[in-house]
Amino acid sequence: MNALAQFNIQIGDELTWNVQPILHEVRHALKHLIDSGETAIIDLRSIPLAPGEEQKLIDTLGNGEVHAGLNALGPSEIIETRFAGVWLVTHYNEEDSIIGRFIEITELPDILRSQREDMIAALDALEKQLISDQVPETNDTTSEADQ
Amino acid sequence: MTTDSSHKDMTLGEALRSQGISRRGFLKFCATTASMMALSPAMIPKIAQALEQARRPSVIWLSFQECTGCTESLTRSYSATIESLIFNTISLDYHHTLQAAAGSHAEAARKAAMEENYGKYLMVVDGSIPLGNPGYSTIAGISNVDMLMETAKGAAAVIAVGTCASYGGIPHAKPNPTGAVSVSDLIHDKPIINVPGCPPIPVVITGVLTQYLTFGVLPELDDLGRPKAFFGQAIHDRCYRRPFYDKGLFAESFDDEGAKKGWCLYKLGCKGPTTYNACATTKWNNGTSFPIESGHPCLGCSQPDFWDGGGFYKALSIPTEDITRDIIYASAAGIAAGVAIGVMNKTKKTSANKKHQKTTIDDLEK
Repeated sequence: MNALAQFNIQIGDELTWNVQPILHEVRHALKHLIDSGETAIIDLRSIPLAPGEEQKLIDTLGNGEVHAGLNALGPSEIIETRFAGVWLVTHYNEEDSIIGRFIEITELPDILRSQREDMIAALDALEKQLISDQVPETNDTTSEADQ
Repeated sequence: MTTDSSHKDMTLGEALRSQGISRRGFLKFCATTASMMALSPAMIPKIAQALEQARRPSVIWLSFQECTGCTESLTRSYSATIESLIFNTISLDYHHTLQAAAGSHAEAARKAAMEENYGKYLMVVDGSIPLGNPGYSTIAGISNVDMLMETAKGAAAVIAVGTCASYGGIPHAKPNPTGAVSVSDLIHDKPIINVPGCPPIPVVITGVLTQYLTFGVLPELDDLGRPKAFFGQAIHDRCYRRPFYDKGLFAESFDDEGAKKGWCLYKLGCKGPTTYNACATTKWNNGTSFPIESGHPCLGCSQPDFWDGGGFYKALSIPTEDITRDIIYASAAGIAAGVAIGVMNKTKKTSANKKHQKTTIDDLEK
């Protein structure tokens, strides 16, 4: 039993009437992406939605071919909806509470790309790893020479 | 909080990386920051660029006549979350509730931070300041007003956290026995940002710090000194129950059909139409809900004098008290209205004591 049913709170079909306008906004943004290549982001937290309405919106967008998980400062879920080019990005904190939810109209959400700063740090880490891998060999040689 | 002196000269970006935060994590942080600051998602790259280079500010946090609810709101609700990163990466040099040092050692830390960062540190204040008698509230033998004025001298800006520091709050409620006043009643030569709420929403506190770090300037404020990004719209305007108000559909009691159907709580005393805060969109308890979503009217806690607003469960359209009828004789005798209200409250208290029955909404209004 979900929390709303538990407390006998009844949800009507429409409370804020914001679901349909958001879907129209997505449609406009998708057309703009196709025509001009310009991306758009809709912050769902900035729009008043009644309990149940956000879920209705998510259900309408549905699931597409891509479902990615990210683990940085808590998990994030990045889903391409059944409408290609329309992504649902949900950020959670380390306690699994939602801290941000966005609809991104783009070919690929930026947060999925490898980031330059991380790649530079990764290169540094890999080089250090290779150097540390060589250390035991050097030690072995030294010990043999000593003998 | 990080107080390691080797971290003091780091930029925020460097401090986050030293904690093992990846660039993706940083972008995630910037995305949620833009969201909480009510900024366009298009601002995310600019926030990332500015925060990357921001220096960690020294913060001196003073707590006066308060219940520690503001500190609890910030440190408990958002422990181990993205927002806490900002709090963790500031150099919190003095906070007598959180710091390990006590007594003269704590005061020495405050003075050292003031000298080292003179003209640059942020002063955060929670709690009101009693003027009636300095002995009502002291820290290390120093009166609240003396500590406030001394610390304010070298501050770049002052952030008044909570309704008590912003407007006097509950200590300032009638009859205000300690002579409580707000920060802005005493300091007139420094920029002051009011972050009211009882307590304030945690992300609003960190949001103001983030805004300062991001843009290096103080946020745009409304006529009550509050950042417009968070306090720019009435709860009512962003409330998901607003369409019911527009249709004239109201809950008349807490358990009637209207309440069960989630109708507007205006008639149950909701102060949403006159209260400016971010509860309806930012929400509480990690975004779970806010009072109206949980079925309770907004109390208006981010507004000045909310405790003296005439009753939490009276609709805004109902006059607060029939003062004319009760004080007419008092006025005729030349007694001030404040005294008359005190007499009226005493009568109500006596009456309530005599009845001593199950508490109802009506009782709460007595």
